[in-house]
Amino acid sequence: MTGAGGFSVPGYGPERGGVWTRLTARDSVVRRLDWPILLSAITLSLLGALLVWSATRGRTELNQGDPYYFLVRHLLNTGIGFVLMVGTIWLGHRTLRGAVPFLYGLSVVLVLLVLTPLGATINGAHAWIQLGGGFSLQPSEFVKITIILGMAMMLAARVDAGDQVHPDHRTVAKSLGLAVLPMIIVMLMPDLGSVMVMVVIVLGVLLASGASNRWVFGLIGAGAAGAIAVTALGLLDEYQLNRFAAFANPELDPAGVGYNTNQARIAIGSGGLYGEGLFNGHQTSGQFVPEQQTDFIFTVAGEELGFLGAGLILVLLGVVLWRACRIARETTELYGTIVAAGIIAWFAFQSFENIGMAMGIMPVAGLPLPFVSYGGTSMFAVWIAIGLLQSIRVQRPISA
Amino acid sequence: MSNIPETGRTPRVQIRLVIIQVLVFSLLLTLGGRLWYLQIRNGDEYADEASGNHVQRVVTPAVRGSILDARGVPLADNETRLVVSASRTELLKMKDDGEAVLTRLAGVLGMKPKEVMDKVRLCDSKTPQPCWNGSPYQPIPVTDEATTQQALQIRERSEDFPGITAEPTAVRRYTAPAKARTAQVLGYLSPVTDEEIQKAKDTDSPYLRSDQVGRSGLERTYDKALRGKAGVTSYEVDKLGRVMGEAEADPGVPGSHLVTSIDARVQAVAEYELHQAMKTVRKETDKITGRPYEADAGAVVVMEAKTGRVVAMASQPDYDPNAWVGGISAKDYAKLTGKNSNYPLLNRATQGQAPAGSVFKVVSASAAVRAGYDFDDLYNCSSSYSMGNRSFANFESQGHGPITLGDALKYSCNTVFYRLGHQEWQRDGGLKAKKGAHDWFYRTAHDFGFGSETGIDLPNEVKGRIPDRHWKQAFWEANKDSWCKQGKKGGSYVEQIAYESCLEGNQLKAFDSINFAIGQGDVLITPVQLATAYAAISNGGTLYNPTVGKAVISPDGKTIEEIKPESHGKLPVNAGTIKDLDKGLRSVVEPGGTAAWRFGGWPQDKIPMRAKTGTAQVYGKQTTSWFATYTDDYTIVMTISQGGTGSGASGPAVRNIYDAMYGLDKEGNQDLKRALLPKPQQTLPKIAPDGSIDAPEVKPYVPPKPKDAEPVLAGPPARRD
Repeated sequence: MTGAGGFSVPGYGPERGGVWTRLTARDSVVRRLDWPILLSAITLSLLGALLVWSATRGRTELNQGDPYYFLVRHLLNTGIGFVLMVGTIWLGHRTLRGAVPFLYGLSVVLVLLVLTPLGATINGAHAWIQLGGGFSLQPSEFVKITIILGMAMMLAARVDAGDQVHPDHRTVAKSLGLAVLPMIIVMLMPDLGSVMVMVVIVLGVLLASGASNRWVFGLIGAGAAGAIAVTALGLLDEYQLNRFAAFANPELDPAGVGYNTNQARIAIGSGGLYGEGLFNGHQTSGQFVPEQQTDFIFTVAGEELGFLGAGLILVLLGVVLWRACRIARETTELYGTIVAAGIIAWFAFQSFENIGMAMGIMPVAGLPLPFVSYGGTSMFAVWIAIGLLQSIRVQRPISA
Repeated sequence: MSNIPETGRTPRVQIRLVIIQVLVFSLLLTLGGRLWYLQIRNGDEYADEASGNHVQRVVTPAVRGSILDARGVPLADNETRLVVSASRTELLKMKDDGEAVLTRLAGVLGMKPKEVMDKVRLCDSKTPQPCWNGSPYQPIPVTDEATTQQALQIRERSEDFPGITAEPTAVRRYTAPAKARTAQVLGYLSPVTDEEIQKAKDTDSPYLRSDQVGRSGLERTYDKALRGKAGVTSYEVDKLGRVMGEAEADPGVPGSHLVTSIDARVQAVAEYELHQAMKTVRKETDKITGRPYEADAGAVVVMEAKTGRVVAMASQPDYDPNAWVGGISAKDYAKLTGKNSNYPLLNRATQGQAPAGSVFKVVSASAAVRAGYDFDDLYNCSSSYSMGNRSFANFESQGHGPITLGDALKYSCNTVFYRLGHQEWQRDGGLKAKKGAHDWFYRTAHDFGFGSETGIDLPNEVKGRIPDRHWKQAFWEANKDSWCKQGKKGGSYVEQIAYESCLEGNQLKAFDSINFAIGQGDVLITPVQLATAYAAISNGGTLYNPTVGKAVISPDGKTIEEIKPESHGKLPVNAGTIKDLDKGLRSVVEPGGTAAWRFGGWPQDKIPMRAKTGTAQVYGKQTTSWFATYTDDYTIVMTISQGGTGSGASGPAVRNIYDAMYGLDKEGNQDLKRALLPKPQQTLPKIAPDGSIDAPEVKPYVPPKPKDAEPVLAGPPARRD
């Protein structure tokens, strides 16, 4: 498995010929990409662009008087994300494997920076770094990737080398330590939603790594105990507790803590089968749902595109996850399997939490819906993840 | 590496990957199911909720119609005042429930903070006035007397006064032209309650949260016409209340004007004279009780005899109806409804009832004629009438010998009617009524309209009471238990009465019938019933439903809906008997009659006056003064509770009202220029298309100087009934 870079994968693609020939040749990377994932991700991003546009074109206090402000930026973010994906495929996840320690260190430094005065607080969470020019960075999104890559590297190293059948306890413990460090920092922000996602990612990674059942159940137990402890010891801020209270009983205070979820459900519920049509949603144009372009983007889909449109988003997410599962199962090396499983856990849980809270079956947590929600860092992160998935698929040896 | 399969994974990893896939897709299925539940299964419900979210209704209240007198003088209209209101919903959003804002507001308005806070609290069973009994979602008026200065302060510092508005608003005004308050007749308004909104929701006249509703008097009877319909514009708004479009607009209908038959000038005279008569009689000592007359309440009704239209109606004690405007204060409310208030809200003309006394004798005379007695036969007016061992005396035990029924009215002879009443009772079977008993006296009383509502267009009229055999039985059944408990043979007077009532209170006794014949005992009548009956004698026998409302006219004057006089029956006697009664009543003011001393100088040939006095005894109280009179055009009835005799207490006042209406001086000279209303007002006032009403000026009433009047209380010694 040696060879040059470029779009051909060493050992599998033709070594010579024009770019076009190389791209279209039978064994080319382009041919071997997972097209359903790619097309679903693109469709989700473009749909997201429309929904973000609809949610923000009337919000002059946000869009600085330009109704296209968020549309253009969402498309731009998608474009950058796409380039990042291409870059990731080009580098290949195995090449990246060597850079994991560096990337992990960088992401930890970035989340630490958030805690310094450089960080900015949005909606109670101190999770952003202002870059100036209206750009900001949310490093916890990158941490999700580096946790996956870091843990995968550690857990798979000796298995892929053939030394072990399953990672031993020591390795598992070390990999957990690697994950917990940035999680603690993110918890301090406090960005509880991201921590929840990371816990689920760790769970997915451990499951796929083949680590012993004790670790898996231990982690589930620890997660539950941690949740109880955090609540009982009053480590949560009032707004966080209120979100859970409002989740338990949304009618509790329809004008207060239950407001978001109530309005969100009204928006989705009023969409019916066909929706009220893009730009025609009363709840949306009336701006009754807060954070609608980010955390509550699904309500725009529900109201304006109806069951068909919102259902399409679920189907597209399902395609991405289904293909990702296939990639995880079909790759021969554990490293790729673990990375794919981590991404599956991440996408699945984050989507479930985001859509679930919009529909009132999950407590409110500030998490974006992959590809659809407005947000640069999140968009970059999910596209890099797509790049990783593609890379795992492309570099998988074709059996027989 | 031998145990690593070709795919590079162990079965453990393989299985776990399947588990992950199953978990992932069950999550997605959950989301899909929930989405279906929200959008398809319950979609309509949420759609409804959404539409409630973004439609804001702006209500433009209809200006309430005016209440006008017969010539167009406004008795109740609207004025623009600066109303400062507080929105409860806004205040409750604040941490301290708006206390700081209200305290600041009190400072600006020069009120006490507590006063302001009391005004915006909601009424419930435990909260006394002042409190808000309207909808909690409607801005609550704190004051309607803000100065421009105060309003400007509140508006300019709106950040200091969230939830507070100061806006010019049309506010009810009871104008009291020439000091004619017309309080109980006009009634008052108060905010609509939530229950009323619910109740009227599906009718053709639903209430809006901002509505004021007529609570009594004309304001209540004609509420629907006066209120009109508020304009409602529905706007689609966003969360911040910014208007995105107009959804629906209902322009509304302004309230119509109510033209009444009240003449503000006559009303002013009636109110003044009633009040004055009560004040005067309070200075006189009651010979029976030895105390000054209490004169605690009184009423006067001036009615058109030929139509039943009410020209004036006054009730004492009265109040200033403006006290209700903009929410009533605690002090005012206590003054109007408290235990010691003597209930000025009651309209004594329609809601006050008392034993009739001798004014009832027209009923008894008619009953006698119906029973077969001849009007002009001679009946013995002895000084007393004996039944068994009981003796019923004439007034001051004076006898007149054998006289006609007409003279029995003139002298108000009790014994003639005692005898007739007793004889009829015997003829009907006495204690045990025989089959087909005529009960002429009781039946005639009913036929004259007593014991039931006259149907006047004022709310909550009372019926009075005719204590016939039916009533006796029903009353006994309702009360016998307590009588039997309380009664004691040979006990105190009250105990003895209770004892007897317990045993045989259901029997119509001879004693009852004798008393009833002169309007005493358990009989109760209202002034408006009496006026209706006397008007019927005047007009030849038609009992009209008294009306105050004369026409409902649209604000542009184009649609006029007249309220025509309606009758609820005829007097039960023929025209001849009515003439006989008329003659008898005419003789009452002529020399020798009980009211003659009050009508000295009256031009009887030009404006024939008929009258009947009444002095009704009330157990435990001073006598009730009744005075019922009529001319060809008008009927005036006055009563003063605990006011002494009919002619004594009420006579001069009634005479003064007639004098003012006909423009007469004490010598009986008529000056038509001074006459307020020598003939009933026929035409309706004109309302111009632009809404302006051409109303004549109303000059205040100048009462006759005391030296013109006869000595108020000195009367012929024995002719005072």
